[in-house]
Amino acid sequence: MSGKEYRTITDVKGPLVFLNKTEPVAYGEIVQLRLSNGTMKNGQVLDTSDDQVIVQVFEGTSSVDRQTGVKFLGDVFRLPVSKDLVGRILDGAGRPRDGGPAIVPDEMADIIGAAINPYSRESPESFIQTGISAIDACTSLVRGQKLPIFSAAGLPHNDIALQIARQAKLVGSDDDFVVVFCAMGITAEEYNFFVHDLERTGALENSALFVNLADDPAVERLITPRLALTAAEYLAFEHDYHVLVIYTDMTNYCESLRQIGAAREEVPGRRGYPGYMYTDLAMLYERAGLVKGKKGSITQFPILTMPGDDITHPIPDLSGYITEGQIVISRELHQKGIYPPINVLPSLSRLMNAGIGDGKTREDHKSVSDQLYAAYAQGKELRGLVAIVGEDALNERDLQLLKFADIFENEFLRQSRDEDRSIGEDTLDLAWNLLTNIDTKYLVRLDQKWIDKYHPTEKKE
Amino acid sequence: MEVIPEKEKEVKKMSEENGLIYRISGPVVTAVGITPRMYEVVRVGDEGLMGEVIELHGDQSVIQVYEETSGIKPGEPVVRTGQTLSVQLGPGLLTQIYDGIQRPLEDLEETMGAFITRGVDADGLDLKKKWEFDATASKGDEVSAGHVIGTVQETETIEHRVMVPPGKSGTIKSIKSGKFDVTQTVCTLDDGTEIAMMQEWPVRTPRPFVRKYAPDVPLITGQRILDFLFPLAKGGTAGIPGPFGSGKTVTQQQLAKWSDAQIVVYIGCGERGNEMTEVLTEFPHLIDPHTGKPLMNRTTMIANTSNMPVAAREASVYTGITIAEYFRDMGYDVALMADSTSRWAEAMREISSRLEEMPGEEGYPAYLSSRLAEFYERAGRVQTLAGDDGSVSVIGAVSPPGGDISEPVSQGTLRIVKVFWGLDAGLARQRHFPAINWLSSYSLYPQALDQWYRDNIASDFPEIRTEISALLQVEAELQEIVQLVGSDALPIDQQLTLEVARMIREFFLQQNAFHDVDTYSNLNLQYTMARAILAFQDEAKKAIAGGADLESVVNVQARTDIMRGRFEEGYEERIEKLVKEMGKQIAATMEEN
Ligand SMILES: Nc1ncnc2c1ncn2[C@@H]1O[C@H](COP(=O)(O)OP(=O)(O)OP(=O)(O)O)[C@@H](O)[C@H]1O
Ligand SMILES: [Mg+2]
Repeated sequence: MSGKEYRTITDVKGPLVFLNKTEPVAYGEIVQLRLSNGTMKNGQVLDTSDDQVIVQVFEGTSSVDRQTGVKFLGDVFRLPVSKDLVGRILDGAGRPRDGGPAIVPDEMADIIGAAINPYSRESPESFIQTGISAIDACTSLVRGQKLPIFSAAGLPHNDIALQIARQAKLVGSDDDFVVVFCAMGITAEEYNFFVHDLERTGALENSALFVNLADDPAVERLITPRLALTAAEYLAFEHDYHVLVIYTDMTNYCESLRQIGAAREEVPGRRGYPGYMYTDLAMLYERAGLVKGKKGSITQFPILTMPGDDITHPIPDLSGYITEGQIVISRELHQKGIYPPINVLPSLSRLMNAGIGDGKTREDHKSVSDQLYAAYAQGKELRGLVAIVGEDALNERDLQLLKFADIFENEFLRQSRDEDRSIGEDTLDLAWNLLTNIDTKYLVRLDQKWIDKYHPTEKKE
Repeated sequence: MEVIPEKEKEVKKMSEENGLIYRISGPVVTAVGITPRMYEVVRVGDEGLMGEVIELHGDQSVIQVYEETSGIKPGEPVVRTGQTLSVQLGPGLLTQIYDGIQRPLEDLEETMGAFITRGVDADGLDLKKKWEFDATASKGDEVSAGHVIGTVQETETIEHRVMVPPGKSGTIKSIKSGKFDVTQTVCTLDDGTEIAMMQEWPVRTPRPFVRKYAPDVPLITGQRILDFLFPLAKGGTAGIPGPFGSGKTVTQQQLAKWSDAQIVVYIGCGERGNEMTEVLTEFPHLIDPHTGKPLMNRTTMIANTSNMPVAAREASVYTGITIAEYFRDMGYDVALMADSTSRWAEAMREISSRLEEMPGEEGYPAYLSSRLAEFYERAGRVQTLAGDDGSVSVIGAVSPPGGDISEPVSQGTLRIVKVFWGLDAGLARQRHFPAINWLSSYSLYPQALDQWYRDNIASDFPEIRTEISALLQVEAELQEIVQLVGSDALPIDQQLTLEVARMIREFFLQQNAFHDVDTYSNLNLQYTMARAILAFQDEAKKAIAGGADLESVVNVQARTDIMRGRFEEGYEERIEKLVKEMGKQIAATMEEN
């Protein structure tokens, strides 16, 4: 059947093409379209029956007409994978974009990817030090976790992602990360920013890039992350790499998903997004983790911009339901000039408990983290009260907490873009120093034994 | 059950039929050329993928396929099996982890490796393993469906009771103890009926029982806010709605770990792979406080994670509840957790939209609420066919979009369940865990359970509970005033009430699931802790009336010791003494002034 070209298009609707009776065509099969003007486009079968086939066209359907030739290629979408992917830049459909040669495949991997058998998974528990205090102390990341960055337009999520990519390491191990970077509909400017930074630090040689930019076909975005994750799985589970996957911007991905749904006239779920968006996103996010008997790992950092800064919007909401926590970027902190503007209060790492403590980070980590969180939360709440009743109405404890909130933001959260803080001597010790601004009798979350051991002025030696 | 000649006819008819795939759209496949029954299992395509007939439409049969369908073409064969989707029931269910259609994940790993591909069949039970069958019925006994004819020590702590399958009865012609695999005949009836240890049951049909009782015994979970304020009865139903990250899974896992059910069925329905791995790695090492043996011994898990096929996700809750009913029929108290029922509902929605059914609210099928009701109806405390007492308690997590429970799945659930544990994003953000909102949550069971508490814990247990909830209500009202004028403006007795309520929240309601000691409190301890709070209130009132100031009353060392003590081993033995000490210290504050 491959080879035969059909000219039986009946309807074209948005990114979809409807064809009349063909030879049997497989569900998910890839398709090539040849336009009258000679342009080639690619697509994939979304629905197939004896009478009709529906094809989604990655490059959009502009200029497609009833004369367009349609060829079914007899296979599902596959990515040529090999170790040589590392150091390469590919486009959103997996073709070289860096002027380099085609990838000589070791294997042609199905990009949909199979689910990891839950029985075959291993629990993630190795702490990754990002060198960013807010993350390391309060929402600690572990190898194999999927931890998205919830951001919004105009905030420095890209800087944070890059800083993580540069600095991420396992304490006490020199295993390096390979970065798989996946761009979905970001601007050329943002893309250049990423590439220059990766070049500047020499990380580009250790990265594989899959790039679909804002002016690239929107529907192609639906496959770009699947290519990136297919590459990541191959590198992690066939070649023992520890892979850090950064993909941005999930919001553009979801828009493309909505576009297809609308063209198919599906009954929409919330705010027009397809009802299956949860499952679709899970098919990406769940491709993270560790597998028993394999040395490599996949850690994911999806970046999404929350439309209208709204965390209950379906894109962050469904993501939060799948990922293992989230890092929330705050406009308020950003406007105060604090980098990285991470709001630790709504941020969460669900795998933190497994990755910290004695032998992993430090014995006092949990205690310190809880105390920082509690003190900052209370201090921040007091700001609201002070706005109404004034500082005079506060008692001693509240005054200390109020002041602490500022100190926490200015000295703990704030760090420079190339400042790489170690978890123990830098981050946790800094936390102890800052906590001296509060009387120990108010530090109820700290175990006495850690006060005795680590408190700069109260410790017993 | 079926008479043999008919079955032969059926098989003949099936083999004459030549089914072909007509259409494929995601997990939904349409076939022509076969005339299957509704919910019949069929084999789809050259690879023989497992599917189930979910709609008959003229000469078309619509099938939901339990495995990935990409690469499958119209024109490939579809073959009937004559059977409806069933599970295999018998020794070997416990300690297992299955996918949504009862394929053991361990077996899948063996045949497919770490990634789940397709086209592999696996039996739910190990058909080769030999079990020591101990006959308890004898030759000549008159037996009928549900009657226990023998036992197998399935795990260290659980005795598996082998029952006469539903639909069969007669006089035992022969029965023998010994080592058998689950398909071998262990018992023969007069009419030639052969009974093996394994029976099969269609998952969408509730298993029979004699009658349902009103539940009157609590399911004790060791979670203070649940047991004390919003208890669930054995055989009852509970819903836990909450936004992401609010603690649904942690709560479900706490129940799976510590509740005093004899059997636990845990369904991970459309959720994270790592969470199932966590249960798998943790449970074999956790000790059941009731038996002193690993918790895994009493647990069966179903894991159909979010990225596994949605049709199998749809089936997973039925697979789980059927296994739960089977153990109930042996006379056990079973607790079933489904995390999350919203993902199950979404699977229904996805399939329904592929069928182009008329959508109801938010795109869910119009039958959503009846499916939810049917599922929760399979819970209950029953008189089994054998005349014993058994129960299935069902606890379903609900994941409402944006945390807003006005949506159809939450509403459909709340109409049916008797207990509502409402998780609150605000509490979770304050790290108040379990983040169960004490003002909006409710349980309809206390009335039915109160006698049990009076008989087994303390005669005034219900009264103490009422006092504690009343204090929390009063606090909520006072807080509204405090927002306006600050707490200093309140009269001293109301300031005290605020302190007492704070003690209830921070000392009693908050409970750290990850703390070795705090993770579980037995009911006696819960009662003692509640009494300690009320004792504080009484002593404080007296002291303040006698001129003591609130600040010094609140800060007495013994009170701090009581509050911190709950994290320490041996707390239960010490708390009464600490309460006495607190009384003395509070009384002493009067003299200071
Ligand atoms: N009882 C508890 N004790 C301590 N921590 C808790 C408790 N309950 C929840 N948490 C904290 O909250 C986090 C999120 O809880 P959980 O994973 O149960 O949320 P969820 O409601 O199931 O979210 P999702 O819908 O995304 O699955 C946990 O990782 C843990 O840090
Ligand atoms: Mg959960």
